[in-house]
Amino acid sequence: MSTNPSSPPSPSSDLFRPNRQLSKWVELVVKYIFAAFALISVATTIGIVLTLIFETVEFFGDVPLWRFLTDREWTPRFVNPQYGIFVLISATLLTSAIAISVALPIGLLAAICLSEYAPPKVRSWLKPALEILAGVPTVVFGYFALLLVTPFLQNFIPALQGFNALSAGLVLGVSIIPLVASLSEDAIYAIPGSLRQGAYALGATKRETIVGVVLPSALSGIVASFVLAISRAIGETMIVTIAAGQNPQMGLNPFVPVMTMTAYIVQASLGDTPAGSLAYRTLFAVGMTLFLLTLVLNIFSFWFVRKFRETYE
Amino acid sequence: MTSKEPKLFANESSESDSLFKASLPFRYNLDKVFAIVTWAATLSGLIVLGILLIDILIDGFSRLDWSFITSYPSRRAASAGILSPLVGSIWILVVTALIAFPLGVGAGIYLEEYSNDNWFTRLVEINIANLAAVPSIIYGLLGLQVFVRWFQPITNGRSILSGALTLALLILPIIIIGTREALRTVPSSLRQAGFALGATRWQVIREHVFPLALPGILTGTILALSRAIGETAPLIVIGALTFITFLPSISPQGLQSPFTVLPIQIYDWVSRPQVEFHNNAASGIIVLMLLLLVMNATAIFLRNKFQKSR
Repeated sequence: MSTNPSSPPSPSSDLFRPNRQLSKWVELVVKYIFAAFALISVATTIGIVLTLIFETVEFFGDVPLWRFLTDREWTPRFVNPQYGIFVLISATLLTSAIAISVALPIGLLAAICLSEYAPPKVRSWLKPALEILAGVPTVVFGYFALLLVTPFLQNFIPALQGFNALSAGLVLGVSIIPLVASLSEDAIYAIPGSLRQGAYALGATKRETIVGVVLPSALSGIVASFVLAISRAIGETMIVTIAAGQNPQMGLNPFVPVMTMTAYIVQASLGDTPAGSLAYRTLFAVGMTLFLLTLVLNIFSFWFVRKFRETYE
Repeated sequence: MTSKEPKLFANESSESDSLFKASLPFRYNLDKVFAIVTWAATLSGLIVLGILLIDILIDGFSRLDWSFITSYPSRRAASAGILSPLVGSIWILVVTALIAFPLGVGAGIYLEEYSNDNWFTRLVEINIANLAAVPSIIYGLLGLQVFVRWFQPITNGRSILSGALTLALLILPIIIIGTREALRTVPSSLRQAGFALGATRWQVIREHVFPLALPGILTGTILALSRAIGETAPLIVIGALTFITFLPSISPQGLQSPFTVLPIQIYDWVSRPQVEFHNNAASGIIVLMLLLLVMNATAIFLRNKFQKSR
């Protein structure tokens, strides 16, 4: 009878016995494991920076920095090797410049069309179609540039060689159109309708509203998408490796074969690069240059977005 | 003096005319031209996509038969096939998914459900945004140094495991972002109901939030994996071979075997001068695109199912 007052809860405590101590432990363990997972992305960045710095410092022990910056040729496999990185940089800048002169205007116009002109139904078809274009592997674009675009362009430009920066750059540009279009569209779409209606009320036409009001308001997002597209163009590998050739030479002639930084890394990786050799370190020195270029762009984008971002209710 | 004033007015009105032209027909025409230009820009991308697909179908269809899929690569174009690259791609796909899915989802759950807005979260967020702009070939260099060289005893150097680990790091940010977006669609009332019944945070996540967000998480993961399967450059850098005439054994030892993947085989064929190999490349591209199509269709199916059930 003495247990009677406590007997009503006893059947239910048979069913439900909270082990609070265990729950607390599980809670803590799960939390820290997941935090460790989140830390992996930071570790990736640190790993990239450290491996690049480590091998690049070794590289500059063998090849002085001033030679890296002032040599006029890139011939690491010759008897008297030369390491003029600007040969590779000029090729990367050439293909990227061609690519972004295609991708930025077309991507931005497509973004305007999608968010301002296309009816919702058409838009719901166009966006996935552009996503398909974004999902095409770059090796496929390389095939396209080498075997279709170059022969086609040779009909008009007889001086165009089989490998060239022009068609590689053009196809590279097409491949990053969806990136620009999609990110710019997000930025434009986020501009509230009241701004547009204000412009209409002042008598502006639709185009004047877009050019004069909507685009300037979305500037920070658009520039961020541009910068991401530029770093994508600089870092893109397979299109330029397949279609632009593997011929390191200084100059900005788009009709002849060139070798970009990424193409060099691929070509050297396919050859023999035993760990610890100078060829191995050269890979990382070129990678470091590539990484620094994209990092500078990234920092610029970060600064620009912070400075020019406008928030709307 | 009196003669001057009208002149002054006339000047003024002509000046303001030059500043403001209310010539509506001209402005409307300009509007029409602008609209047409934006439509042309949008369609140009799609037209290029169409030409690309048709060109590859024409070039590659003749070589595409069952023996193409069941033969090993060969020095003779006519008898070369894609068995080992296709199997290699599937190996890489599965192992990458096994590594990246738990890591990415765990990190996403931490950032969305556990962490407050503190310095650690902000660091991870900035970092993830930065990783999106790092060229994929740089990940290849990281994998070459860390997984191929330092972890040699575990990965056996240039192996499937090294390749999958490298690609897992590459797509981790995409999965994290996708997971966070999926978790955000789960209404917070559900979490509060769980807490009110005395469940711990982990119990609420495990039993209620995660199952609801799972289709969205899977969609994001599949899209990330379809990026991984098309990647070529990082795998070339960590030293995938182009000529493999055996299949890895389906066992833990298989993880340590050398490998090749479809995009690398396609690259190898494209970079040869003979037209026959180019056609092989086109056939390989068709298989690769079909694989991508199946993955994307699954993702879209999951997304639609998810949107309907909510």
